Amino acid sequence: MTLPAAAMQKTALHERHRRLGAKMTEFHGWDMPLYYTSILEEHKAVREALGLFDVSHMGQVLVTGPDATATLNELVVSDIAHVGVGRACYTLMLNEQGGILDDLIVYRTGEDGYLVIVNCGNRASDLAWLTAHRRGQTVINDISSGRSILAVQGPRACRLLEQLLDARVTSLGRFDVAPMRTMGPDACIARTGYTGSDGFELFVPDQHAQRLWDLILSSGQPVGARPVGLGARDTLRVEAGLRLYGTDMDAATNPFEVGLDWTVAMSKPSFIGREALLAQKAQPLARKFVGFELAQGPVPREGMELTSQDRRVGTVTSGTFSPTLGKPLGLGYVEPACAALGTTLVLTVRAQRYPATVVRLPFWKGDAKPAALASPAASTLERPS
Amino acid sequence: MQIPSELCYTKTHEWARRDGQEIVVGITAHAQEELRDVVFVELPKAGKPVKQAEPAAVIESVKAAFDIYAPVSGAISRVNDAVVKSPQLVNQDCYGGGWLFAITPGNAEELTALMSAEEYAKQLQAQPH
Repeated sequence: MTLPAAAMQKTALHERHRRLGAKMTEFHGWDMPLYYTSILEEHKAVREALGLFDVSHMGQVLVTGPDATATLNELVVSDIAHVGVGRACYTLMLNEQGGILDDLIVYRTGEDGYLVIVNCGNRASDLAWLTAHRRGQTVINDISSGRSILAVQGPRACRLLEQLLDARVTSLGRFDVAPMRTMGPDACIARTGYTGSDGFELFVPDQHAQRLWDLILSSGQPVGARPVGLGARDTLRVEAGLRLYGTDMDAATNPFEVGLDWTVAMSKPSFIGREALLAQKAQPLARKFVGFELAQGPVPREGMELTSQDRRVGTVTSGTFSPTLGKPLGLGYVEPACAALGTTLVLTVRAQRYPATVVRLPFWKGDAKPAALASPAASTLERPS
Repeated sequence: MQIPSELCYTKTHEWARRDGQEIVVGITAHAQEELRDVVFVELPKAGKPVKQAEPAAVIESVKAAFDIYAPVSGAISRVNDAVVKSPQLVNQDCYGGGWLFAITPGNAEELTALMSAEEYAKQLQAQPH
């Protein structure tokens, strides 16, 4: 369904995208940049230099109060009690049947304070679910409107933000988060992203978004910084083997079949969906999420069939042409017997058969990522005035 | 937007050029701009019969696959293997090295029914972009 442009939601940077000549696209009711010049060029900029994304369509929810940790621990599969202040955690929220309601990043910004980033398509349902299951004095507050998220991704990101924001940006390890108090009480910076490259995400009030956008693009220009749209965001995340909610998983998917077992802390005595997962764990998997590559050929697309000896054994959920590896890549579900690395399946496109080989995820291994450093994250990152 | 005056055009953004007994076919600058990152081209086999305004080839960009329609009926006489090896040629040189295939026309009259450069330019202006 395509909405008329006037009916779509706009981020605080919408005018910037227009002025940069972006090709816009509708994404879950938002008018977002698909690309500015070329998906392939923007992809390359992130892998080799720096890409700046406006991802303000993502939902931002604050979970606060003395029972915030208990609330989240009941709602997500990971053990939030093990996430220290200044740390973040990729996790899943399940229904009672063990189906995935959303994938989230939970940032612990204080002893009793969390910033939860939710997929924009799930914002309303996540908020209702969080609110319905809050414990004690927990406050659930959707702060999305009036706030922006800038993702600064690529090997040049750290150096640039170190110069523009604060020297301590460098000391942030992967999945660390630190407040940026000069930009508002809930503003923060985290070493997270959805590209597989090193990078940061800035969570700021709208009034800082345009200035930061301009500053990063102009200061980053000498090192090859460019704005990047949702088109390259998708090619980057596929290369990195990162699942997309609504495409690679949904409420009918359990964490095991999508290969996100590592997020689940079965050791926790209780969380929503735990009983169902225990039962599922005792059963063999019905299907398994895999990555596959074609030596050459067309782009695997959502819904295409994977076959083996002329029998359907799986379905493609995501696919792209990998600009970094120079070949078509796909993600999808196959029968467990066909999921072993090196298995050759067949992707049929317009009556032509192409061999598709199951390979290890991620397709693209990434830059050397900085290890999480000893907790520098509680420190405040201040902008030099 | 480049629209060479010597070519004929279809409503679906292919160009056609008479070259001896053949009609050479490609996509217009407007079409390649819209497609943007072309990453795969699937061409018909030489000898394959094609019908005017029916799909004859496929171009895939990162985002989607697009049918390319035959501007005239006839049989495929030659295809451009270079664009199969280097699909980005379609973006880089759509009126030259990025040509797609050539047709031996069954009815040369069909060519005269296509749009002139001027008419095609008018069509583009009329489109809401």
